[in-house]
Amino acid sequence: MLTIPTLKSKPINLSYDIPISRTKQFWDGLKEGKVLATKCKKCGTLNFPPAADCPNCYSSDIEWIPLSSEGEIETFTHVIVKPQSFQEYEPYTIVIVKLKDNVRVLAWLTDTLIENIKVGMKVKLQVKKSQEGVLTYEFTPI
Amino acid sequence: MFRRVAIIGIGHSKFGVRQDVNVNELAFESIKPAIEDAGVDKRDIELMVLGSVGVWYEEPLPVVSIAEYCGLSGVGLLRTEAACATGSAAFFTAYSAIASGQIDVALVVGVEKMREVDTLTAIELMGRAGCYLWEFHNFGITFPAYYALHATAHMAKYGTTEEDLALIAVKNHKYAAMNPNAQFRKPITINDVLSSMVIAWPLKLYDCCPITDGSATIILASENKVREFKVDTPIWVAGIGYSSDTVNLSKRSSYVGLYPTVRASQMAYRMANIEPKDVELANVHDCFTIAELMAYEDLGFCRKGEGVKLIRDGEVEVDGKIPVNVDGGLKAKGHPIGATGISMIAELAKQLRGEAIERSRQVAFRKYIALAHNVGGTGHYCYVTILKR
Repeated sequence: MLTIPTLKSKPINLSYDIPISRTKQFWDGLKEGKVLATKCKKCGTLNFPPAADCPNCYSSDIEWIPLSSEGEIETFTHVIVKPQSFQEYEPYTIVIVKLKDNVRVLAWLTDTLIENIKVGMKVKLQVKKSQEGVLTYEFTPI
Repeated sequence: MFRRVAIIGIGHSKFGVRQDVNVNELAFESIKPAIEDAGVDKRDIELMVLGSVGVWYEEPLPVVSIAEYCGLSGVGLLRTEAACATGSAAFFTAYSAIASGQIDVALVVGVEKMREVDTLTAIELMGRAGCYLWEFHNFGITFPAYYALHATAHMAKYGTTEEDLALIAVKNHKYAAMNPNAQFRKPITINDVLSSMVIAWPLKLYDCCPITDGSATIILASENKVREFKVDTPIWVAGIGYSSDTVNLSKRSSYVGLYPTVRASQMAYRMANIEPKDVELANVHDCFTIAELMAYEDLGFCRKGEGVKLIRDGEVEVDGKIPVNVDGGLKAKGHPIGATGISMIAELAKQLRGEAIERSRQVAFRKYIALAHNVGGTGHYCYVTILKR
């Protein structure tokens, strides 16, 4: 095959320091084994992912409450071709689950065989440590 | 009162892996023929709008770079970003500038150079294009996975099968084989699709569009300029609609369709004063086979859940009730993200003029109405553009 001539650009290494001051309770909650959402004290809207400012009424007066841990799978996929930064992982299953408190959460589903996974299946949400040793949350079958 | 706006020139590069050209040279490949096709002088152009997502190529200010390369420095410059709907967003911007009376002639170019980075990096960059923090950071979601989540939901609710989705890939590859600008020029079989490797179940390699370099350009003009330039066959912009949805997929209430498509198309139909049944050709956003199927339903070409009938019965073929993506679609023509919307609209203009290169994919119009449906991300953005000859 003919090689097409190209010029190598200067490399760039991009990594962002993502501010989490206003959602610190969420990250602290993981350390206590809790997955927390925000609830607006003014209009009562429950938000997950947590939001320091209520997208509904714009109030910043919020409280942190644990999500209900049980729910049903609404949809799922098995990721076989992974992005560059997930090359160290085995293929994984991503699910979107509707929890009992009517909030949906996207996360991995672990501890089950692919052939057992179905839309409508009951699962529970829990805090886990990732392969890289970082706290995260995942679903497992009930 | 808004002024009428027409497409007076179109240009299109060859789509594919285009490491033989840089971003300026690739843009030139569609800008030059578009200006020639319009029969205008480049000094007539007042505004140049670029649709390009960038990040996969070296130039951070591509519109400035392309303008200099094409001898257009000095005109108003602007770049839009609306993920995979970037091209249509650029078109809408230029359209609005003319419709409002601000300017008379605009050049809209879409260009993407996605193959200057390796495939895994491209997958990484596209996977991050949703909500990075809550959907990518811990869960490594990919662009195919976003649509696979919709495919699973559609299959569970309506009994859609992997074979149904494969039919869409087979159709679009068939038409790409007739389109010299397409990335893939080989027809495929259902078995090729079903036996291809799983990317994000239930989507397999042939359910997915390729990673593409390409450019497309459109010249737009006001009605008085159309008369002044004595344009033979102006193609009028009859309607534009737009909408959006949440960045987190988990914030949505359904995964069997894309609400922004419903809202954007209803807005465009209303503006054009037509109904879905009046559309005689559609280029819909088939980044994945499931995306085309959902588009049939969300655009109102059939009822929700009945999209499979259109593909099974051949109604979306060139001689069917509503031909869809008879240029190969994103699926097989290729999907250079920022260029796609412009490519769709340019293709429709070409069809409405009766100039499809191969007669085998020329649609026989009666009302001369065509629709472009361009989705950004996974329904994060949506633009619907209706053209009329």
